[in-house]
Parts: sequence; C-alpha cells; structure tokens
Amino acid sequence: MPFKRFVEIGRVALVNYGKDYGRLVVIVDVVDQNRALIDAPDMVRCQINFKRLSLTDIKIDIKRVPKKTTLIKAMEDADVKNKWENSSWGKKLIVQKRRALLNDFDRFKVMLARIKRGGAIRQELAKLKKAAA
Amino acid sequence: MAPPSKLSLGIKRASRSHTYHRRGLWAIKAKHGGAFPKAEKPAAAAEPKFYPADDVKPRAPSTRKANPTKLRSSITPGTVLILLAGRFMGKRVVFLKQLKSGLLLITGPFKINGVPIRRVNQAYVIATSTKVDISGVKVDKFDDKYFARDKKTKAKKTEGELFETDKEATKNLPDFKKDDQKALDAELIKAIEAVPDLKTYLGARFSLRDGDKPHEMTF
Repeated sequence: MPFKRFVEIGRVALVNYGKDYGRLVVIVDVVDQNRALIDAPDMVRCQINFKRLSLTDIKIDIKRVPKKTTLIKAMEDADVKNKWENSSWGKKLIVQKRRALLNDFDRFKVMLARIKRGGAIRQELAKLKKAAA
Repeated sequence: MAPPSKLSLGIKRASRSHTYHRRGLWAIKAKHGGAFPKAEKPAAAAEPKFYPADDVKPRAPSTRKANPTKLRSSITPGTVLILLAGRFMGKRVVFLKQLKSGLLLITGPFKINGVPIRRVNQAYVIATSTKVDISGVKVDKFDDKYFARDKKTKAKKTEGELFETDKEATKNLPDFKKDDQKALDAELIKAIEAVPDLKTYLGARFSLRDGDKPHEMTF
C-alpha cells in the first residue's frame, strides 16, 4: 500500500482545523519539514502546518509561488472546482453543509420524503418477490 | 449684601455706623413702622407618644418603571412556535400577537392539533423560521381579560357534604369561546392549506431523536 497523495507544489488540500476550516487551498511552497505555504483565490497567501491539511487527489500545474492571477488561471485550466464538487468527498461535504442549514419544517419534509421513498421501494420489492415466487 | 472686607485679621474696612447703614435693616424697619417684623413661630407639635429605638431613614419609593416585555426578534406574527412545556409540550403552533402582559397569544389551530387559543410565555417556546400568512386573521378582540378566570362563588358545605368530592361542577367552555376559536381558525386554516405539507407539520409533535444536537440545529 504505497502513498498516492503527495505534498508537492500544486497539490490541492482541504484545511481541517482553524480559522479557515473547510477551505480548499493549493500548496504553493514548502517552508520546512512541518509547514507549507498555501494560497487560494479568495485568501491572502499564508503558511500552515501540514497537520492542518487534508490532501486531496487533485493536483494543478504551477511553478513555485505563482502570482495570484497565474494561480487562478491554473486552477481554472485544471477545473479544480468541478473536479472537487463531483468527487465523492466533495459531494459529501456539500450535502453536510446543506443538511446543517435545514429548517425544522425542512427536516419534517425530508422525513416525509424518506418514508414515501421507503414505501415505494418496499412495494417494488414485494412485486418482485411475488413475480419470483 | 456683600460681607465687609477686612484690612487685617479682626479689623474691618467699614465702621459700625457705616456697616449698619449698608445692612439696610433701617429700611426694613421703616417699611414696617419702626420695628423689625417678627415671624410667627409655628405652633409647637405635640410630643409623639412613641420614639422608635433606632433612627432609620424611611425608604424612598422606587421610581423604577417596568418596561414592556421585549419580544424576541425571531418571533413575528405568523411564526410557527414549538411549545416546550405544559400540556401541549412539543406541539407546533402559530403565533398571533403579543399581549400587554407580555405573554404570547397562540392557536393550534384547534382543528389541526388540538391547541386552543391560548397564552404562552416566550421563555417556553422555540421560534422556528417558518412563517404563516396571518394577514386575514382578526385578533383584536383577544386580550388578557379574555383569559381571566371566573370567580367561583363557594356554597357553604354542610358536615355531610364536606366529604363528597364528586359534587364539584365540571367546567364547561362557554359557547362564545368555542365560536371565537372557530372564527379565528377559519381564515388561518385557509392560509395553512395553501402551503404543501404545512398542515401535517403542524399536526405532528416535535421530539429529539438519537443524534440530534439541538445546539447545532437551525430551527
């Protein structure tokens, strides 16, 4: 079981602790054994400990410490946003965010929908069982 | 009149006659026909029979004015509230208006979840962000006096009757209150049925399930 996601310039990572929790960032330089320089289109470039990053599968093609406009263009060329939102990890996070904002009424409607879906599934299953019998 | 100035300690600038003239008592005497007017002494108050042991100052009455109860900004007319205590704990009801006493006027509506027109304290309520349109509902006739208890006239009980407990008259809701409920709810139910699933939502009770974190839930 070799490693597949490496810390390298251009690696897209998710911040998993601190003020920028949940933000997608790009590693643009390595400071030392523990810290990296990260950058994202809507934040000031800063250093962060590797322990605060979760590496993703996405990598973009940039040189060491690019200009902001270069970084943005490279992210668009690699289509980071869509790759992330279509990955199962990214989809999970979007669903989590949406669930957290649900109203009490929304939660009720979700419950009704789940019951309805379960009922439909069970009906189909019963039909199939009957057909197989 | 300004006090006489000093030349040195004990030596005044003006002489006795000069000071007398400056003081002007002669003018007051002349005005009142030669003598200085003596003020009438007020009649001496009778000696009180009782002197308290300690000299305590009487407490000054408080000038504090009570402010009207602040209504939470999340509670506006038409908001769906979740009741947290009492007979209707967990029921989702519609808020109508805040009464003068500070209590909230709510209704089930009665046909949907069995909660009548009632008063409830803000503290025992969670305000959800779901709102019902109550522009067509008239709530002007409801105030705190509407909900006041009727004074019971206690009939004198004889010795034998004291131990009879089932003679107490059962409380019946007066007809005009039942009619008020129907009239109020008629408009409200129309507005509720316009929104899909809202009727079943109001008919269901709220409860916490496994995994629910109320401090993280948005209502």
